[in-house]
Amino acid sequence: MSTNETLAQLSNQLVYASMVAYAVSTVSFAASLAATKGRDLTQAAAPVSRRSAKAAETAEAEGSVLVVTRIETETGIGDGGSEPLAPGRRAGNIAISVMWLATILLGAGVLFRGLSVMRAPWGNMYEFSITTAFAISLTYLIIALRRDVRWLGIFVVIPVLLSLGLAVTVLYTEAAQLVPALKSYWLVIHVAIAIICGASFCVAAALSSLYLISEKAERRTAEGRSYWGTGLAKRLPESTKLDGMSYRTIAFMFPLWTFAIVAGAIWAENAWGRYWGWDPKETWAFITWVGYAAYLHARSTAGWKGRKAAYISLVAFACFVFNYFGVNIFFSGLHSYGGV
Amino acid sequence: MSEDVTERTVDDGLSTVPQEVDAGAPAGFGVRGWLRWAWRTLTSMRTALVLLFLLAIASVPGSVFPQRGTDPAKVAAYLADDPVKGQILDRLGMFDVFASPWFAAIYLLLFISLAGCVIPRSVQHWRAMRARPPAAPRNLSRLPEHRQVVSDDTPDDVLDAAAEHLRSRRWRVDVDREQGWVAAEKGYSRETGNLVFHLALVVMLVGVALGSYGGFRGNVVVREGSSFANTLAQFDSFAPGRGFDESSLAPFSFTLDRFTAEFQRGGMQNGAAREFSADVTFVPEPGAAPETRTIEVNEPLVVGGEKVFLVGHGYAPTFRITDKAGDVVFKDSVVCLPQDGNFTSSCVVKVPDTTPQLGLTGFFLPTAAVDDIRGPHSTFPAADDPAVFMSAWEGDLGLDSGAPQSVFKLETENMTRVGIEAMRPGESWTLPDGTVVAFEGYVRFASFAVAKDPGKELALAAVVISMAGLALSLLVRRRRVWVRVSAGAAGSTLVDVAGLTRSEHTTVADEVDELASALGEPAASTADQEEPA
Repeated sequence: MSTNETLAQLSNQLVYASMVAYAVSTVSFAASLAATKGRDLTQAAAPVSRRSAKAAETAEAEGSVLVVTRIETETGIGDGGSEPLAPGRRAGNIAISVMWLATILLGAGVLFRGLSVMRAPWGNMYEFSITTAFAISLTYLIIALRRDVRWLGIFVVIPVLLSLGLAVTVLYTEAAQLVPALKSYWLVIHVAIAIICGASFCVAAALSSLYLISEKAERRTAEGRSYWGTGLAKRLPESTKLDGMSYRTIAFMFPLWTFAIVAGAIWAENAWGRYWGWDPKETWAFITWVGYAAYLHARSTAGWKGRKAAYISLVAFACFVFNYFGVNIFFSGLHSYGGV
Repeated sequence: MSEDVTERTVDDGLSTVPQEVDAGAPAGFGVRGWLRWAWRTLTSMRTALVLLFLLAIASVPGSVFPQRGTDPAKVAAYLADDPVKGQILDRLGMFDVFASPWFAAIYLLLFISLAGCVIPRSVQHWRAMRARPPAAPRNLSRLPEHRQVVSDDTPDDVLDAAAEHLRSRRWRVDVDREQGWVAAEKGYSRETGNLVFHLALVVMLVGVALGSYGGFRGNVVVREGSSFANTLAQFDSFAPGRGFDESSLAPFSFTLDRFTAEFQRGGMQNGAAREFSADVTFVPEPGAAPETRTIEVNEPLVVGGEKVFLVGHGYAPTFRITDKAGDVVFKDSVVCLPQDGNFTSSCVVKVPDTTPQLGLTGFFLPTAAVDDIRGPHSTFPAADDPAVFMSAWEGDLGLDSGAPQSVFKLETENMTRVGIEAMRPGESWTLPDGTVVAFEGYVRFASFAVAKDPGKELALAAVVISMAGLALSLLVRRRRVWVRVSAGAAGSTLVDVAGLTRSEHTTVADEVDELASALGEPAASTADQEEPA
């Protein structure tokens, strides 16, 4: 089957157009964040460990009866209560709208790429990257429909733009048919799930980084010391919320990542005669899996909660990114059909 | 073990997470004390975490250095390039990371740690599932989720209604009429899933071990027109598990009738493979009727518990060599090893039956080109313009020395080069001594892997169960609700409903609301006042 060049060209133009829109969206998100008034960091909840220690004391005093007095400080950003247009709100709304436009353009680009070769559009690293960028944006926008997450926008749009930038420059590959090794319905399952996981791990890593900044800012503010991240942290939800969002994203994605690896193993068994052969891609997928498993365990290990766990999640994400780019660039193996 | 513990300290009853024992050295406890200390340390979450880190770090060299299991030729090349560093790395097991004792030590310790943690927890969880939900706390209003409603029913009726409401929603319910409370708990499958996940991982490891013990993997190169029978002698390489019985090899055979390869022509991906297929005549067992089958990359041939995979291909030029007396001393298609993506293939021919002995080395080029830098090379993987570039050597092939020799390498120490020539199909070349080397054409060859893994079904079943367990353990919330009744004003009943969840960032608010509204009406003006218990 040959390639439909018209559709392939159209796809490229749509991807470029979406990048322009994402760039506009980035600027609007930045403006929105800068204009937001921010919260009072001194009202931030005490760090998790201290709080549970206190709770433990209380519980002991009550004779193991469960008692927690939780002070929830609702400090959603931008929901300025009576004022309909709090500072930064308009810019945030523009950013979201433009991001919708960009995502629709990118989605069409991905769709036409697939139609030009009549197959799932994730047969090489270029296609994987643009599809992942689309998945990241769509995930964020769907969350944004239900919650006010404008503060998160810029940290989502920047990885999307980076991914697209790499895709069109370094990773670009002409639309073409697949090598025989990829002609399997497992391509659709295995790679689609890897894309969803990649998108979510990216968001989780952004949240973990923000948690680290926010947590430190809260601690430093309590101690009365200065910190470069204070200005940013003021415009973010409290650190425990960021930590929880990151945890829930990873907890939801970890079984899916397990499935991505298992689906890959089933496919490998069918294509190469063994389900696990320690090919570099397999090895790094395993390392990534172990990294996120360590993160989940760290959260329930005394002395590893909070910052250390967040660092582990960042290391695990670094392993994922290395597995994606590094393995194809530095090592040769059975997954070397990325077109690089 | 993937439990969060933000609120664990509040109520240990909701969790079976083992308590972190600060394993200080047990001075003066003797051997038993030390053993207990060692076991506790090994099975602690902290040790498991460290072992997980070690496992990840230990895997890294497996991707950095070439591995014997996947690419033995590259390992050999590494050792030849840098013998000193190579020897040290080899001693450390860096070329065989995943079969090395230190890698095994890490994962075995991890699995022992896992079993030592999970098995006691399973027993504990089994007891917890059969125990009654814990009694209602005295003061429900101090719980994170608390509602107070007023009912016109008698306290006993309210308790019955609450129990009925909760039972129909599959809560485990305990009622104490004397004390006037109902306690209920739900979400045990969180811990069940967690334990199943970890135990299934152990089963998966058993499946992996079973596969490598009772299975095998063999490789064979088959030229078009040639046959392969599934017996030990016919494999080019064969790696059996310790428990594999050779006589259990499935008695099939097949002939490679035709191998088809198609490549992308033009564009950035010029030369990329597009289609491989091997048409074979397959005989399931001796005497059975031959069947026509096609083996493709993602379409292995399945026979019994064994599978035949298409794993590679290449070219085998056909040479006919006639000595000066006119006798044919060699006539065969020679398998040449592809050196690059365009199938520049290196060939070796050994002719021991002449005096002196004759050897040829050189290249088969499916689409031939020559330049000053690269010498003879191929510019496209398909056979558009095939040619061979061969050197001829005469002397002693060294076959009689007894030392094992590779068929793909000519030992030229005791030989002298007598000529070099390029030929297209149909051309022939007369050596100085009158020997005639004719390049008659070529056939394709395909390489196949035959594999059997008797543990893979067990491993798959285990991993599917473990994924289900994992999903439960991460997505189910474990929660408790309580109802307490007390006498209200004017014969009414005051109903306190409260709930607690241990899973972080989740809530039982909806369930508490639903239960409260099923049991009574919000107490209008007195709602905020505490009734004396």
